[in-house]
Amino acid sequence: MTLGRNDLLGLEGMSAEEINLILDTADSFKEISERPVKKVPALRGKTVVNLFFEPSTRTRTSFELAEKRLSADTVNISASTSSVKKGETLRDTAENIQAMKIDLIVMRHSAAGAPHFLAGLLDAAVVNAGDGCHEHPTQGLLDIFTLREKLGDLRGKRIVIVGDVAHSRVARSDVFGLTTLGAEVVLCAPPTMIPRDIERFGVQVETNLKRAIEGADAINVLRIQLERQKVNLFPSSLEYNEVYGITAESLAWATPECLIMHPGPMNRGVEISQEVADSDRAVILDQVTNGVAVRMAVLYLICGVGQKEGLIEEEVQSAPEENREAV
Amino acid sequence: MEAISKLRDVCDYAIANIKVVDPENERIFPGCVGVEGGKIAFVEEGLPEFGDKTVYDGGGLHLSPGFVDIHVHLREPGYEHKETIHTGTVAAASGGFTSVACMPNTSPAIDNKSVVDFILRKAKLSGFAKVYPVAAATVGREGERLTEIGRLVSAGAVAVSDDGAPVSTAQMVRRVLEYASRFDIPLIEHCEDPSTSAGGVMNEGFYSTKLGLPSVPAFSEELCLARDLIVLNAVKSKLHVAHVSTRGAVNRIREAKENGLPVTAETAPHYISLEEKDLETYDTNFRVNPPLRSAEDREAIIEGLKDGTLDCIASDHAPHAQEEKQVEFEYAPPGMIGLETTFSVVLTHLVEPRHLALPQALALITYKAAQALGIPGGTLRKGDAADLVLFDPTVTWIVSSDGFYSKSRNSPYIGRKLSGRVLHTILDGTPVVPSEAAL
Ligand SMILES: [Zn+2]
Ligand SMILES: [Zn+2]
Repeated sequence: MTLGRNDLLGLEGMSAEEINLILDTADSFKEISERPVKKVPALRGKTVVNLFFEPSTRTRTSFELAEKRLSADTVNISASTSSVKKGETLRDTAENIQAMKIDLIVMRHSAAGAPHFLAGLLDAAVVNAGDGCHEHPTQGLLDIFTLREKLGDLRGKRIVIVGDVAHSRVARSDVFGLTTLGAEVVLCAPPTMIPRDIERFGVQVETNLKRAIEGADAINVLRIQLERQKVNLFPSSLEYNEVYGITAESLAWATPECLIMHPGPMNRGVEISQEVADSDRAVILDQVTNGVAVRMAVLYLICGVGQKEGLIEEEVQSAPEENREAV
Repeated sequence: MEAISKLRDVCDYAIANIKVVDPENERIFPGCVGVEGGKIAFVEEGLPEFGDKTVYDGGGLHLSPGFVDIHVHLREPGYEHKETIHTGTVAAASGGFTSVACMPNTSPAIDNKSVVDFILRKAKLSGFAKVYPVAAATVGREGERLTEIGRLVSAGAVAVSDDGAPVSTAQMVRRVLEYASRFDIPLIEHCEDPSTSAGGVMNEGFYSTKLGLPSVPAFSEELCLARDLIVLNAVKSKLHVAHVSTRGAVNRIREAKENGLPVTAETAPHYISLEEKDLETYDTNFRVNPPLRSAEDREAIIEGLKDGTLDCIASDHAPHAQEEKQVEFEYAPPGMIGLETTFSVVLTHLVEPRHLALPQALALITYKAAQALGIPGGTLRKGDAADLVLFDPTVTWIVSSDGFYSKSRNSPYIGRKLSGRVLHTILDGTPVVPSEAAL
C-alpha cells in the first residue's frame, strides 16, 4: 500500500488507512533509531530543504534527524516572514529552491495555507511542518502514534485536549486524525479559546476542566501563549493555572492510568505543573522520540520510495539480529 | 449585428428585432429603439415604420438600459499598476456598464476638488463609460476632518465615503450626515466595526475554524451599521450602505426602512454567488472585505434583494496586481474584480434559479442603482442618454483569466461557467468596442 498523495499538508481528509500506513511505517523506523548505527539508505540521493519561516528548534531538529537517518541530503533555510513584506515573496523563494532540483520541502510558516500555496506552485513534494493556526500534521501523527503505542486501538478512547484550541495547529491536526480513528475527543479551554463551530468536527467541547478530564484516557496539554493575555483571551497565567492547569490536584479527577502529553515547549507552572510533567504518566519525551520515527515515515512515503515494494523489509534485514523482532 | 460597428458614423438610427428589457416598467417585449442625437428617441413594441432612418437588425438579442455600477475602485490616481481610469472604464464597457461611480481610496484620496477634476477629465478622454466620483468624507479618509463637500459636489462628486473603512466615529458620522444633507448627497458607509474585525481575513465560523485563518464575525458589520442607523435616525440625511454581506445587516436595514429612515443599500455579486466554503483552497482571489459569508447569509441577501430591502447590486470591483495576490492568503490584499462578470453573475444566480425575473434582476444594476446615488442612467425614457446594452442571456461561457479588459485578473470566477454575455455596449448612442481601446 502507498500513500495516495504527493504532499502532506494536513490530517484533515486523510483516511484511517493512510494514517495507519504512516503509523505502521513509523513502527518500523522507530527501531532504526535504537540501533548503534542510526542510518538507512532509504532516501539516498534525495534532497530535502527545511524551509522555516518561524523559529522552531524542536520541529526542525526532529525533521533534520529524520532526514539524516534516511540518508537524504538536507539544507536548512531560516527565513523571516518580515522579509516577505520588503523582499522576496514566498513564491520566488520557493521557485528558487526548486530550480536547484530538490525533491521535498518541509515548511513551517506563520500563515495558514502557506504550504497549500507552495504545493500548488511546485513540483517538489511539500510537507507541512506547521502553518499558522491551521495544521501541524506530523505533530498530530506523532501524538496519535504515541497514543496508539500506549493505548492500542484508539476507538472509543477519551482523549482530552486542554488549551488554546482556537490558535492551535496541533489541536486541529489531533482533532482531524483522532476523530478519523474513532477516538472520543474532548476539547477543554476558556470559552475565549474555543473556535466557532468546532463541534461540527465531531468533538465535544467542555469548558469545565473537571468534567472534561473525568474518565480521560489521555490529556494533551497545549502550550499556552502568554501573549494571548494582551488580547484578553485569558486574564493571567496565575488564573489560567488555577482553572485549567493540569496539576496533581486536577489530575485526581482523571483515571489513574491517564496519560499526559504536551507538544512542548512547556510552561511549567502554568498549563502543567512540574510534578505532572515529570511523573510516570507523562509521555512527553516518548512523543519527542516518536516524532523522529513518524517524520521518517512521512518523508519516506512522500518521497515515493515506499512504492518500491519491500524496501523497508530490505533495510530491516540488514539490521542487527536482536532488533528484528520489533518489526 | 454586423452593421453595428459602423454606427459611429451615424447620428440617427434605430435598432429593431430586439427584445427590449425595461426594468423601470418591469417589462420585456419584442420591439425597437430609436436613437437621435445620442438620446433615446423612442422605445416601441413591434416594428413600426422608420421612414428614412437607418435600421440595424438586433438579431433577436436583448436590449436593456446600460448598466450602472455605483461601487467601483478605478485605482487612479496612485495605484495605476492595478487599474487606470482607462482600463477600468474599458472593463466597464465590456461588462455592459455605461455608468460607474468610483470610490475615493486612491492615492491621494479623492478628498479635494483637483482630484475630482482629474478623474472626470481622464474619464472623458477615454470615453468608455460615464464616471461619477465618490469623494472622501474625511480628509485623507483619516476620520479627523470633514472634506470640502460643497466644493467636491460642485466639481462633480455624487456622494461621500471613507470606503475601505467606515467613517471613524459616531460623532464624525453625525457631522458628515448633517453637512452632506445640505448638498443632498448620501454618505456611503463601508460597515465594519474595527474592534471586532481587526486582523480578520475571512468570516468567522466553521470554515475559519477548519482553515485556521484569522476571522471577522458577521456581527462586526451589523455593529457598525447599527451605529450609523442610530445616528441617521437623529440626523435625517441620506445613508447608503455598501456591500451588505450578512443576514443581520439585511434585517436591520429592513427594519430601518419600515421605520421610514432614508437608507438605501447595495450588495455585491459575490455575496449572492459565493460563500466562505469557497476559501477552502486558500485561493487569494476569494479574499474580499467584507469576507464571503455563510450559506445562511447568502440566502438572506437574496431574500433582501427580492423584497427590496437591498436596493441594488454593485460590483465593488477591486483590482489588485497578480504579484500582490500571489502570496500567502492572509498577506493578500482584499478585493476582487467584478465589472466584467457582474451581469452574468446576476443572470446565473438570480434569474436562472428564478429568484427574480429578468427585468427585476436588471433593475438592480440599472435604474435602482442610479436612484440610490441620485445619478442619471438605467432607464429607457424618451430623452434619456442612449446608454444601451445588447446581450444574449442564453450564451454560457467559462470565465478565463485571459478574457479580461481590466488590468487585473483577480476574479474568483475564473474557471467557472456563467450564463449571459454582453455583446454590444452603446454610450450616448455610440457603440463602445473594448477591443478598439488603445490599451
Ligand atoms: Zn468597502
Ligand atoms: Zn469598495
